[in-house]
Amino acid sequence: MIRVQIPYHLRTLARVEGEVTLAVPAPVTVRSILDALEAHYPMLQGTIRDHVTRERRPFLRFFACGEDLSHDSPDAPLPDAIADGREPLLIIGAIAGG
Amino acid sequence: MSKVRVLVGTRKGAFILTADAARERWQVSGPHFAGWEMYHVKGSPVDPDRIYASQTSGWFGQVLQCSTDGGQTWFQPGASPDEKPAFPPTTASNRFVYDTSETNGKPLTTHQWYDGTQHPWEFKRVWHLEPSPKDANTVYAGVEDAALFRSTDGGVSWHELAGLRGHGTGPQWQPGAGGMCLHTIIIDPTNPERIYIAISAAGAFRTDDGGQNWKPINKGLVSNFMPNPTGEVGHCVHHIALHPSRPDVLFMQKHWDVMRSDNAGDQWTEVSGNLPTDFGFVIDVHAHEPETLYVVPIKSDSEHFPLDGQLKVYRSRSGGNEWEPLTKGLPQQNCYVNVLRDAMAVDRLDDCGIYFGTTGGQVYVSSNSGNSWRPIVENLPAVLSVEVQTIS
Repeated sequence: MIRVQIPYHLRTLARVEGEVTLAVPAPVTVRSILDALEAHYPMLQGTIRDHVTRERRPFLRFFACGEDLSHDSPDAPLPDAIADGREPLLIIGAIAGG
Repeated sequence: MSKVRVLVGTRKGAFILTADAARERWQVSGPHFAGWEMYHVKGSPVDPDRIYASQTSGWFGQVLQCSTDGGQTWFQPGASPDEKPAFPPTTASNRFVYDTSETNGKPLTTHQWYDGTQHPWEFKRVWHLEPSPKDANTVYAGVEDAALFRSTDGGVSWHELAGLRGHGTGPQWQPGAGGMCLHTIIIDPTNPERIYIAISAAGAFRTDDGGQNWKPINKGLVSNFMPNPTGEVGHCVHHIALHPSRPDVLFMQKHWDVMRSDNAGDQWTEVSGNLPTDFGFVIDVHAHEPETLYVVPIKSDSEHFPLDGQLKVYRSRSGGNEWEPLTKGLPQQNCYVNVLRDAMAVDRLDDCGIYFGTTGGQVYVSSNSGNSWRPIVENLPAVLSVEVQTIS
């Protein structure tokens, strides 16, 4: 199972706690994970990527295995540690405050 | 016994304030959607327990929420957690896509930008939700960048009424400092085919055929910041109000100037009269006196707070021009809050209640037509919108 960590406000929207686990068919990519995530939690549609362009929303980033994958192709295969569930895909909101 | 339900949208969540007809003891529910910007929360006139809410975030974009039990529980239309998952997901409750189809004859993709160039229309958020007075499943959404959308399935899906952007002046519209937002939607209570809308900074527009065809209704408006101060469009209209018994009579708080029209917006005349400043955002009409108006004068477009630190509502009982300050119960020193355009409302009780919220987090009520005021709550996040439901 694929593990995904989503920001607090999206966990509230999806009515989940902690990590989300998903069955994702190979090849495991950012796109295939987001497709599965939105299928299981349709209330998240449009909140991580744009409804029409499917582009990542500007204030969100994708991290995995200590790397920032935000600017990689969404169709690039993710590391094995993500695909076999040892590591989670992190969806991170930009830090802001004041 | 009647009661009132006040729906408050703030920068950090929504709140629901309820009281009986005396409006003295209030129950406060919230924050709903804590941490999110709640631009507008409004109930259906057909089914008061059906409430729509616009939930937005700079991080996560637009979310549309709905309640069918008066705000006790909420769901995203078409995306209930109880529904069986599907792919592709069936919900489109937060999918606001501009209509550029040829079938509308005038596909419109750009508007004027700050530097005078053309700029693509980009959806940012829903500013205002206006449920239909006839059908609980029909609701209109005014959005930024300015456009009008309609849902006829309870918010599950949305379709643009593209004739507004496509009627001809759209490429001349440009954003004000707060963005290019469609913030006011008024449906004629006697004729649902007639709808008024207002855009900052484009002006006011009207349709007489349910949204297919639109025309600017800005004659008589004068905006000195424009190259042509009496132009057909470009006016920064802040809010419009009408009394249900006289749907052809409109009252407008413009960037500067308080205006009225007695012919459905075809011509406007200034009624600022003796106001100490005619800059402001809100305007509303007494529930039972169609010539009684309320505004909250703000010092200027550069200083968005009351004159001299004294929060005053001004009332006109003559449809404008002659105004009296209402101060009893309102802070009269060191008050530097603003009252935003959708943050005033009136109830329908015999003793008409007037409500407004401030950027300082206060929501005030007057249960005697404005003669005296008191805060219902004093420390909410900045208030973006206030709506009131009078429930029998």
